[in-house]
Amino acid sequence: MDCPKSQIENQKSKMSKEWEPKIVAFLCNWCSYAGADLAGISRLQYPPNVRIIRVPCSGRLDPFFIIKALQRGADGVLVSGCHPGDCHYISGNYAARRRFAILKRLLEYVGIEPGRVQFTWVSAAEAERFAKIIRKGTADVKALGPAKRLVKEYRSISLLVHWSISPLVNKPID
Amino acid sequence: MQDQLRDIAVKLFKDGNADIIIGYEAGTLPLRASPCIIRSAEQADRLVWNMNCGSNLAAYLLPVAKANPGKKLGILAKGCDSRSIVGLIKERQIEREQVFVIGVVCSGVVDRRRLDNDLDGAEILEAQYSMLDTGYWMLDVEYRAFGAEHQVSRIQYPVSSIIHSACSTCQHKAPVLYDVLIGEPAVEQASLPVANPYEQVETIGSKSADERWEYFAPEMSKCIRCYACRGACPFCYCNQCFIDQNQPQWFGKTTELSDTMIFHLVRAFHVAGRCVNCGACARACPMGVDLMSLTKKIEKDMNELYGYIAGMEIEELAPFTTFKEDDPQEFIVEPD
Repeated sequence: MDCPKSQIENQKSKMSKEWEPKIVAFLCNWCSYAGADLAGISRLQYPPNVRIIRVPCSGRLDPFFIIKALQRGADGVLVSGCHPGDCHYISGNYAARRRFAILKRLLEYVGIEPGRVQFTWVSAAEAERFAKIIRKGTADVKALGPAKRLVKEYRSISLLVHWSISPLVNKPID
Repeated sequence: MQDQLRDIAVKLFKDGNADIIIGYEAGTLPLRASPCIIRSAEQADRLVWNMNCGSNLAAYLLPVAKANPGKKLGILAKGCDSRSIVGLIKERQIEREQVFVIGVVCSGVVDRRRLDNDLDGAEILEAQYSMLDTGYWMLDVEYRAFGAEHQVSRIQYPVSSIIHSACSTCQHKAPVLYDVLIGEPAVEQASLPVANPYEQVETIGSKSADERWEYFAPEMSKCIRCYACRGACPFCYCNQCFIDQNQPQWFGKTTELSDTMIFHLVRAFHVAGRCVNCGACARACPMGVDLMSLTKKIEKDMNELYGYIAGMEIEELAPFTTFKEDDPQEFIVEPD
């Protein structure tokens, strides 16, 4: 809106030269998302790499979400919930803490680089803390490079070709 | 012990304490014992107990109970199997009163893959267990070697050299839950040397992320997605497994590394805190995938973080169903 055209083009050309990580952040609605919102309102600057997904509680998080994000090409996954004792649903973050402890250890054990998947506590008032966490998380993931290990490529076009020529090359046995 | 087992089975039927007994019978091939269901005292002679009894019979408990409503069940349980039964009762899948557990103190089951590797593709004709005067068990194998099929060769192995890795590190050889017990727990517990159960976990844990992936990627690539591991596991009883879900489909069923690795990671996670590391999944795998590398890691973590060992007490809460306010959280990221 206020950006001059040259500044936008500058950003675009900068971004096309350097790889920027894609980070998915699962934020609990009551604390972390509110904290992120406060960061936005306060015009705090943090890298734009993070895509936020709002969940009602960190306890809603299924390991599926984190692993699916990694499979679909997320370079990093951040999960943030209310501080222990402050969960809007009383104990959701405690459950999430246990699940995440085991999941994180397991993922790192098979070779997912430490630092790709991070778990934090951010309260609704901690705007600057949220910005710091995003800055740190983005820097960590950027240093690790693009995620390759669990990524699945969806080769739908080649499958279409395969299916269409398949009857020609796989004749039924008479 | 086998005779004792058969006597107990006959008595159970005659006293009316069981309508069905789940046990093992001799398999169709050497070194195999098949899980079986017997329904009368006359069938008790089918039951066997030896080192071929590698399946976890608790995996059959729920399907048999469901197919035979109202019937009293008896089940043979090794140490690990009994812990699986405790887990199933804890999860309210079956009631303690519904099942009569014939506990048997186990000294381990055979690792057929190790034997096959050693014999280099030979066709095993016959394999018999015998005990030396010293009390050590041996396995006498008759085989036709690959490339020398015209003659029958013989070789003898001490069973300690072909015991499954899950058993050589087993810390619970005696059942924790039983209505009757076959075997001497104290003798068994003290007899075999117990190696460090987490040796592999520690070794892999000392490696870098790249080195770890270098181990796991080729290992999991062996998987053909047959789901024998899932079938062998007592805790994989979901009506619809996550991998079969297609509205939405979370993860694919292809043999691509991404899908396969994720299947095994998520399955290990789903049985976290429930898996007793019996090794039935690894034994069931036709490709020899090292599945216990994942389950052992989770078992170690559950013990380290929450002091929990699966399947010891029915009343003990499973680790994911409870929490403590001061649970370990060293992994929480604090911004600098």
